[in-house]
Amino acid sequence: MGPAGAVNAVKKSLQIGASEGVHLSDDALAGSDAAATSLALAAAIRHLGADTPADLILTGMASTDGETSLVPAQLAERLNLPQVTFASALELDGGKLTARRDGDTHADTVEAALPALVSVTDQINDPRYPNFKGIMAAKKKTITTLSLADIGVDPAQVGRAGSWTAVETAEARPARTAGTIITDEGDAGIKLVEFLAAQKLL
Amino acid sequence: MAKVLVFIDNPGQALKKASLELLTFARSLGEPAVAFNGELHDGVAETLAAYGAQALYRPSAADLDDYLVGPKAAYLAAAVQTAGATIVLTENSAEAKEIAARLGIRLGAGVITDVVGVEPGGTAHKSVLAGSYTTTAKATTPVAVLTVKPNSITPEPAVTGTAPATVTVDVPETAAAASARITSRTEKAASGRPDLGEARIVVAGGRGVDGNFGPLEDLADALGAAIGASRAATDAGWIGHDAQIGQTGKTVAPQLYISAGISGAIQQKAGMQTAKVIVAVNKDAESPIFEIADFGIVGDLFKVLPQATEEIKKRRG
Repeated sequence: MGPAGAVNAVKKSLQIGASEGVHLSDDALAGSDAAATSLALAAAIRHLGADTPADLILTGMASTDGETSLVPAQLAERLNLPQVTFASALELDGGKLTARRDGDTHADTVEAALPALVSVTDQINDPRYPNFKGIMAAKKKTITTLSLADIGVDPAQVGRAGSWTAVETAEARPARTAGTIITDEGDAGIKLVEFLAAQKLL
Repeated sequence: MAKVLVFIDNPGQALKKASLELLTFARSLGEPAVAFNGELHDGVAETLAAYGAQALYRPSAADLDDYLVGPKAAYLAAAVQTAGATIVLTENSAEAKEIAARLGIRLGAGVITDVVGVEPGGTAHKSVLAGSYTTTAKATTPVAVLTVKPNSITPEPAVTGTAPATVTVDVPETAAAASARITSRTEKAASGRPDLGEARIVVAGGRGVDGNFGPLEDLADALGAAIGASRAATDAGWIGHDAQIGQTGKTVAPQLYISAGISGAIQQKAGMQTAKVIVAVNKDAESPIFEIADFGIVGDLFKVLPQATEEIKKRRG
């Protein structure tokens, strides 16, 4: 889901191995918060699975703008699916999914039956790069573009108007500037401590 | 007066500072109540009363910890309805944010994460785009769910304590059906250092530590600091992923961030550039970290850090 330019991400997915791409794109989606995003994605997933529902829905762990990590959990809630989120390792055995989820104080093994929604961390694997063969093969694959009308979503339910949160103000944080930079001449450790003492950080 | 429900998942033997902060925020927004999961020890109940909780809610089910997120969100949704709360506050951990996420859908409530301040009218303050923008946001729904970062307010007990009654909330029986089950849990060895997300001081290492975090740990222990790492260091397997700071790891905002052997690529900066004071030690004078460091040392961390540790110990006698 994204504006016209987001189709490049779909193309790259095809180049590294996906067999078919779908791009949900509609001007009315602009400004959607996590709740509205999950509503649109849930509708698209139901639309695509009308004949054969998906067994596994894979997502990333967070966007790089809002960084909320809300969408995977909200998508699972809307689709009434078990969520297996922040997976750093994943195995599928028949209809059963086993994942590792790392927390701050513990690591969990998590099991769920399919269908399920999984979000993965950057520990899950090393993505392959598109090679020439992949790029050529991708040209023959299909990308379907869907609008809100195609998936049966009222434009008033998404975008800024349909969101449940509103940003009131946004201000660029003043850029950090470089401070004092010294080159170690054998006493930099002591100078570091002097700096900390002067900043009352000791 | 708005009813504010604070969710505390497994309060343990004593409440964490982050929980006390939530209670302090709750009082500034309205009448606080607490929904908890797990055991409630006497000491914790006393603290909740001292912080002005008007009511305590506990789940009818004792097995919520066996499942990932779903049943806890279902319980909390029931607790919000029982309490008649219009504001829900949770901590900002990965699991708490996900509980808030599902709660939001269940209640039709807007969810705002990574909150660092809340005004009495419900306007929340937070950063986006890796700390490069500060924003204010508000839920436009009858109920608002806010996940609040630690170190956002100084915890203060209420002027007048309370004697809250405990109410059991029925957890819907269907809650566990569509949920993943946690089949085993491995506790990680406790380092004895402060929690990375809450630490006042963080000492972080990257590629330049070359597998040896020893000098960083010594400095961290002299300063009472937590240990962090760049993705290069965690990918190399020198330290666990839970120490990773940056876009795909943790975001920290300590009083002091000491960066050692980290070049400071944009993905790293995303996790630490809102630190109050940044000190950087790196061999390469061209490292981008020096563009944002308040105090930078071009030098060998294996010489500079031990010398600094010695100097701190000397000063403290």
